[in-house]
Amino acid sequence: MMNCMIAGVGGQGTVLASKLIAAAAMRKGFDVRTTETIGMAQRGGCVVSHVRIGSNISSPLIPLGSADAIIAFEPAEAVRVMPYLKEAGVLILMDTAVKPVASSLTGDSYRTSDMIDYLKEHVERLVVINGQQLLTRCGNAKTLNVALLGTAIESGIFPFGNKELEEAIKELLPQRFLEINLTSFEIGRDMYNGN
Amino acid sequence: MAKKLLMGNEAIAFGAMRAGVSVVTGYPGTPSTEVLETVAKHNDGSIYVEWSVNEKVALEVAAGAAYTGARTMVTMKQVGLNVASDPLMSLNYIGVKGGMVIVVADDPGPISSQTEQDTRHFGKFAKLAVFDPSTPEEAYTMIADAFDYSEKYGAPVLFRPTTRVCHSCASVEMLDNIPKKELEGFVKDSRWVIFPKLTYTKHIKIENNLKEMSDDFSGYEGNVLTGSGRKGIATGGVSHSYVCEVLKNTSAEHKLLKVSTIPFPQKLALSFLQGLDEVLVVEELDPVIENELISLCGLHSLKIKIKGKLTGHIKNAGENTVESVSGPIREFLGEGFGETSAHSKQADTLESKQLLSTQLEQPLPAQLEQTPPTLPVRPPVLCAGCPHRASFFAVKEATKGMNAVYSGDIGCYTLGNAMPLDMVDTCLCMGAGITIAQGLHRVEPDRINFAFVGDSTFFHTGISGIINAVYNQTDIIVVILDNSTTAMTGNQPHPGLGQTMMGNISDKISIYDVVSALNVSMIVRANPFDLKAAKEAVNAVVDKKGVRVILYEAPCIAVSKGSGRYLVDNDKCTGCKVCINKLGCPAIEMQDGKAKINPTLCTGCSICEAVCRIGAIRGENL
Ligand code: SF4
Ligand code: SF4
Repeated sequence: MMNCMIAGVGGQGTVLASKLIAAAAMRKGFDVRTTETIGMAQRGGCVVSHVRIGSNISSPLIPLGSADAIIAFEPAEAVRVMPYLKEAGVLILMDTAVKPVASSLTGDSYRTSDMIDYLKEHVERLVVINGQQLLTRCGNAKTLNVALLGTAIESGIFPFGNKELEEAIKELLPQRFLEINLTSFEIGRDMYNGN
Repeated sequence: MAKKLLMGNEAIAFGAMRAGVSVVTGYPGTPSTEVLETVAKHNDGSIYVEWSVNEKVALEVAAGAAYTGARTMVTMKQVGLNVASDPLMSLNYIGVKGGMVIVVADDPGPISSQTEQDTRHFGKFAKLAVFDPSTPEEAYTMIADAFDYSEKYGAPVLFRPTTRVCHSCASVEMLDNIPKKELEGFVKDSRWVIFPKLTYTKHIKIENNLKEMSDDFSGYEGNVLTGSGRKGIATGGVSHSYVCEVLKNTSAEHKLLKVSTIPFPQKLALSFLQGLDEVLVVEELDPVIENELISLCGLHSLKIKIKGKLTGHIKNAGENTVESVSGPIREFLGEGFGETSAHSKQADTLESKQLLSTQLEQPLPAQLEQTPPTLPVRPPVLCAGCPHRASFFAVKEATKGMNAVYSGDIGCYTLGNAMPLDMVDTCLCMGAGITIAQGLHRVEPDRINFAFVGDSTFFHTGISGIINAVYNQTDIIVVILDNSTTAMTGNQPHPGLGQTMMGNISDKISIYDVVSALNVSMIVRANPFDLKAAKEAVNAVVDKKGVRVILYEAPCIAVSKGSGRYLVDNDKCTGCKVCINKLGCPAIEMQDGKAKINPTLCTGCSICEAVCRIGAIRGENL
């Protein structure tokens, strides 16, 4: 059994990311269960996807303390879902902060470095991806979700391979966005390997 | 056949298509929207699909179709059934010929709704059967059963998934299609005309049906009794999956009853109660199963303690989670749970409400050794470039210092209540902005009453409110925010756009023409991104009498291409934050004391340029 959580901000494409993971796992013959935040929170609120892979899973929600991996699209959102991570779980983080309008207004914005320091102290396996660099290389913010999956697959957290994930991308994405997403996927993989 | 990854709502749609549904109607509403969309997307042309203008209309269209013997499905969210409750109540007396399933999605939490109402009550109130699936897999087959039962009893049935079933995906085993029955067609008969005399005889039949259904459902495969012992757990819906997750870790003896239907399967429940000392009922929303068990114990003089929401053992608001039910179950069974790891023990002590802060705004409490840094609140906001921001801002500026009240309505524009816009003083239900404003104005005629309404909401129930205001001579200003879509639920078409779910283009119904025909005293239209014109529209109507209408027209960014990007000139920007403080556009943030526009979010709507007094913001290519 493998539990993976995706956390981010509405509009970052977390729903598609979780669908791709689920579809790839099914290609490998696993059963899956996922659940999403859909609705008002999709307008810039906190969104979380739960993906559970394997047989004999009842709850679509991952119980606290049982996520094998978390893919976080934003540092503060990573900290928010930390209670779900297993003691030896992996956290993959894109380090670009998305400042909520509310904190821009009040001026008491959080410091990204505080979030990352905290994560460094509490996560055994933390993979930090430089979001600015990733965006520059991918050239399109809409493909960062797929790029992060590239990073995730290289970190070895999934019970399926590159091939299944790539097939899932081809299956689920519309033809006209395919190429740019496959390129971003490769870039995400390269970034993990330090290229 | 093969397994397919399906979201609960897709499973319902595929299940209904498999069962031979031929007419599908509905009105969009989270978490139900994808059911109808999925049917439309996979329609080979043999199914008639429509977004109706509101839920009452949708239910009636489907009922008429079911009078012919066709299988029909209606989809809506829980509050939609409030709108459709009039036809629902009478339809049971009239009955249907073809199977008719009314899919009503409940939203425990609530995650995207204005109430936490429990549709199972509607089933009991209208004396209809309710099916309550616990997983997408179950929903896929259960919807076919729902059609069968509807035909067997000649009555519509309710099908009530909840958010965590609707928006969960699972691997679903796809089955062969069920052969369609021959269509008899509508046969003229007095049975289709409701009269008091008919109602009385039908009422007797309905009561008999309910008894029969209860027996029937005791043998239904969705209602399951397992285990043995002196303690029993009763559950249903998605809570069943949380209960199972917890029970995996126990060796304690117990019985487990899963209930998926109303009428309550009394016979099955009686064999569950047999030999029990106490019962814990785990369900979401209202204590429906719990009350049924209590009344059954009363009817049969059983001395069994029933624990649940009424006794404070299960929380009575918000959604359940594995954590929220784990504590009560462990306490109830008392023994047989293995030692848990320190980490998950900590997890258990967490109140489920706090757990939910992943969706809500408050930070989680310290539960690892060290307090995490304070987390930002992140309420949902209008998108960068949203035309509603421009409309609200124009009205706000133009009415500065006036004694005005701004009534809002349901849609993305409800988010206009957030700072810094702060332009939604009331919000109740679909269409109520216009009518609440009339009530406010009756008592406080010296205040200026604005009512904001979106285009889809205008067609849903907004028009009748305007008619009322004109007829009764109320002085209000209705601001119609026409963004050419139903945005909140993911951009569905509506009568103003002319596209239908069958892929046809029908004649567009012009909001301007409709409003003109209603005899309002004034109507002005403007592009909200043209701030000057938008403010002038307000100035033109604000000191007049009668029902005045401002029609702001600019498309939602989700259905239009942006018009470029704007930049802040770093040398000119003084860091005054006026742009941020006035607009709250998520694309603008402060960086090193200067405003900065995020190029990946900015759509080039231009309103920040108009706000910056020193001209530090300009279009990228200018
Ligand atoms: S989806 Fe459209 S209407 Fe809704 S907030 Fe975004 S731009 Fe505005
Ligand atoms: S032009 Fe200004 S207000 Fe409009 S989306 Fe861009 S940054 Fe936001």
